[in-house]
Amino acid sequence: MTHDLIVIGAGPAGMAAATMGATLGLKTVLLDEQPQSGGQIYRNVATVHPAVAKLLGADYLHGASLVEAMNAAGVDVRHDALAWDVSRDLKVTAFAKGTALQFNAPQIIAASGALERASPIPGWTLPGVMNAGAAQIALKSSGSVPSGRTILAGGGPLLYLVACQLLDAGANIAGIVETSPASNRIAALKYLPRALGAAEYLFKGVKMMARLRRAGVPWFKNASSLSVTGNVQAEGLSFDVAGTRHTIAADLVLLHHGVIPNTQISRLMRVDHVWSDAQRAFTVVCDAYGQTSMPGFRVAGDGAAIGGALAAQNSGALAALGAAVELGKLSRSDFDRYVIPYHRARDRDLRVRPFLDALYCPPAGITEPVDEAIVCRCEEVTAGRIREMASLGCQGPNQTKFFSRCGMGPCQGRVCGGVVTQILAKELCKTPGEIGAYRIRAPLKPVPVAAFSGLAESSDESIWH
Amino acid sequence: MFKQMAEVVTSRTVELYVDGKLIQVAEDQTLALALMQAGVTPLRHTAVSGEPRAPLCLMGVCFDCLVQVDGRANVQACMVRVSPGMRVVLQHGARALEPQS
Repeated sequence: MTHDLIVIGAGPAGMAAATMGATLGLKTVLLDEQPQSGGQIYRNVATVHPAVAKLLGADYLHGASLVEAMNAAGVDVRHDALAWDVSRDLKVTAFAKGTALQFNAPQIIAASGALERASPIPGWTLPGVMNAGAAQIALKSSGSVPSGRTILAGGGPLLYLVACQLLDAGANIAGIVETSPASNRIAALKYLPRALGAAEYLFKGVKMMARLRRAGVPWFKNASSLSVTGNVQAEGLSFDVAGTRHTIAADLVLLHHGVIPNTQISRLMRVDHVWSDAQRAFTVVCDAYGQTSMPGFRVAGDGAAIGGALAAQNSGALAALGAAVELGKLSRSDFDRYVIPYHRARDRDLRVRPFLDALYCPPAGITEPVDEAIVCRCEEVTAGRIREMASLGCQGPNQTKFFSRCGMGPCQGRVCGGVVTQILAKELCKTPGEIGAYRIRAPLKPVPVAAFSGLAESSDESIWH
Repeated sequence: MFKQMAEVVTSRTVELYVDGKLIQVAEDQTLALALMQAGVTPLRHTAVSGEPRAPLCLMGVCFDCLVQVDGRANVQACMVRVSPGMRVVLQHGARALEPQS
């Protein structure tokens, strides 16, 4: 064993897990694909430009305290390290700076975070269409702001947040087009009392909406049948509201329909997953300490189920505590005592989640797109083609992949996977859980042959020093 | 398509080549953002139908920002940082297996 604990991903869950592991005396290594800690939510937080920091605010800057704590705890952090395989005997193979590396440990915590849910509307493959989260990443990583007319379309807290941040950064917001159906508000109502237990989230939402209203941004609600206009470049967004077709001209269309767990590693490990109707996504079956159906393999944060950054941070700490007690580095009585504040904090932050899940549940037009919409961007397979394959007898996403290459491109089904499962479920009158998901295999991302040929038994320290 | 906030704009730039043409971009950022600031769009044409594409996610998920960098094909432009003299070739259609210039 090279380590006691391997953590994959340096977002809030991974940083908190690695910090807790190292603090408890576990020999801990953290592997992250990015050049800096923070994940996407706290991306670039340690070196962000002061003007961008001011714009992004305290919620973002909180991430800097996690980076500092991790550095102080003595975690061995390996950046630019792509973990492309995790084997059943808990060996992690990574490719970093042109070098192949392997690590193994009796405990692994995968903290791979969230992906933005696909918004497969006609025209979404055109240049000039991006995920709303991508615009925020541009802001965080280099203070980049859209230079033309920008539309935000979809639903969810991030849509408002990105709109407010882009306004503050001087962007020209041509419109906000919300797709959440009115029925969502009724469905969400019963979760409101529980959400009041974490009322600061609701206040933030109300504040953001007020900011957008004050700015006089054209705002459409209950929009459906979205399509991007343009032939070689996005020229605008077209949509229905109450039976009337609207078209807004724009240079950039930002789409967002919430985030879903990035389960590539847990799928590779063949651990149990379950379909969450509330989150319209597969989540990983695990206990409060991230322990999955495979002993020693844990998941933490949004990669297990969507709970947001603060819940992720606490679930990371809990997973590391679980690992430490399992390794005998922490007594059961200390464990019972240490976990209390993390449970309490996580439970508090999760109170708002059912309300948000219900309020921003993606509309059917997104989870089951129209026939002409491309679902698999890599192999250019449409929703209609998936339906056709279902009618010909395909029973699941691995069969439709076999016949059409849907999900076989370089993104390996990260973007289309959830959509294909939901289309097939609908067509075959089954639940998404019964339909299942793509079978994920290593390498988790396309890697050069050098990643295999150069496999070293031990980790070469020299490339980091 | 994107520009840097006025407060952030720096005189520290690097020069890189896009399809042989020299461009100046702000240093210390990803290649995908640098190309978007320089107005390089589309970033590629797909291997399947030749459709124009540009980055979707900027976080290493979508693989729509694939470019050739210093002779290496299919590099995610959002996952590499700009460096002086970097040679970028935009990809139109599928890559060949033989070594590329």
